Amino acid sequence: MEIFDIFLLETVLNGVLFGGVLALLALGLNLIFGVIDVVWICYAELMMIGMYTVFYLTKTFGWNLFAAFAAAIVIVSVLGVLLHVLVIRPVLDSEPINQLLVTGGMLTFMQAAATLAFGIEFRNVGVSMPSLVLGEISLPWSRISAALTALVAMVLLWLFLKKTYLGTAIRAISQDRGIMPLVGVSPARIYLTTSAIGGALAGLGACLLVLQYDVHPAIGLSFGPLTFMVCVLGGLGNMLGGFIAAFIFAQLISIGGFYFHIEWGYVMAFAFFIVMMFVRPQGILGGKS
Amino acid sequence: MSAMLELKNVSAGYGTFQALFDVTLSVNAGEAVAVIGPNGAGKTTLLRAISKLINVKSGDIAFEGRSLATVEPHRIIELGLSQVPEHRRLFPRLTVEENLRMGAYMEAARPKFAQRLEMVYALFPRMKERRHQMAGTMSGGEQQMCAIGRALMSGPKLLLLDEPSAGLAPVIVQSIFDLMRKIRAEGYTVMIVEQNVRQVLKVVDRAYLLEVGRIKASGSAAELLASDEIQKAYVGL
Ligand SMILES: Nc1ncnc2c1ncn2[C@@H]1O[C@H](COP(=O)(O)OP(=O)(O)O)[C@@H](O)[C@H]1O
Ligand SMILES: [Mg+2]
Repeated sequence: MEIFDIFLLETVLNGVLFGGVLALLALGLNLIFGVIDVVWICYAELMMIGMYTVFYLTKTFGWNLFAAFAAAIVIVSVLGVLLHVLVIRPVLDSEPINQLLVTGGMLTFMQAAATLAFGIEFRNVGVSMPSLVLGEISLPWSRISAALTALVAMVLLWLFLKKTYLGTAIRAISQDRGIMPLVGVSPARIYLTTSAIGGALAGLGACLLVLQYDVHPAIGLSFGPLTFMVCVLGGLGNMLGGFIAAFIFAQLISIGGFYFHIEWGYVMAFAFFIVMMFVRPQGILGGKS
Repeated sequence: MSAMLELKNVSAGYGTFQALFDVTLSVNAGEAVAVIGPNGAGKTTLLRAISKLINVKSGDIAFEGRSLATVEPHRIIELGLSQVPEHRRLFPRLTVEENLRMGAYMEAARPKFAQRLEMVYALFPRMKERRHQMAGTMSGGEQQMCAIGRALMSGPKLLLLDEPSAGLAPVIVQSIFDLMRKIRAEGYTVMIVEQNVRQVLKVVDRAYLLEVGRIKASGSAAELLASDEIQKAYVGL
């Protein structure tokens, strides 16, 4: 019984660590949706590009890991801006279904392009980190540092949104788009800035995941739908809701995986999601805020 | 001697619908000018055109001698033209103080934020009490104070007000007009759209009557207040 509880505790802790990373991924997607009102369906594919960036810069070009991280964040941020300018901006005033089709199309396009460019092999940056061992519990440092980094990034983003003019405008724009020019704000510019931030968050997510998972062209499918469901569960565009939902989801997956099998963890999480969509279709905390 | 704000033969509308026909009017520095007229006359459209929320179809709008034709909408405020829009349009889930901060968003206003915040709080002590409250949870009168405060945060030369008394309880309406007098006394140039004709004509120097998108009459506030046409149609007996 004693041992059993220890392993359950380890499972819960692992769930918390996974929840931290999931919360960061959801934050990026929520930020984009909250401000631009468009869902980046291809968000996890941007992350995939970031993961390849880290892989090639370190393995092929021998870069220092942290320099590769910085480069990945910058590159994915630029990709976020390009995505906005080339793909999103032309359909800003279109029907939501068309917007979903173009960003969904980008998902397929990026996957195919990655397959052509990088092949279908699973790649690993090959950085192995020790585990933190506390008695019977052992937690990989790669997970701990990823969760801590995600937490720091979220706090910084929150401070930015709360304390700066630009951050306040980013929160304001979804509340009343029409009058932004009256207070001297150009919505087009806010969209660009937000796309850069959303891209940078996807890039940071890539850095955190690349230490724990192999990269391959379809890696986005492991995280994209999950991230999207976390956002919907929290209330699409609601950053606090997404944060809470990420931890709920991560616990369900982690604990379900502990009692049954990791696949059952996902089944439980998705079943919970479906039930919640009937009970609270607007999300735990409702829409944007 | 050119006017601070000058509209020459301005026509504007929405898509194929024309809401303003050949509107010509001016506001001189230091003046308070009202635009009155019934619902749907085009008063809000007029203010939207001045702030470039919509484009004019023909004619020209100039501020301090400079045509606004090539100015980007979000740069209008930098010229010194600030609008309190119809229905206030506060950011409901930002606090009072965050709404005021948005009013000081433009680069030139940021260094003066603290100073102007004090000025707005002095004008509206109620806003200081409520500074951490979500703007959307306040009463209509308080929201109107916040909206006016937000517009003042950029330190405008010309303040455009779109029906500041609409939808407010009678005693609050009175305090809004008292406030208009106070704002005038502070030296702001004001252009105000109102349906509350009797009240507004006591506050402004001049007024224009807009009907179905055209200027139908204009003159000093006293002249208009005395005219039979205005008396019958708008002031009530
Ligand atoms: N966004 C819009 N789209 C189409 N027509 C509009 C819009 N806003 C106002 N109108 C029309 O333009 C005319 C003038 O409206 P408005 O300027 O709001 O009048 P007022 O402020 O004097 O009540 C009205 O006929 C109104 O129906
Ligand atoms: Mg109106």
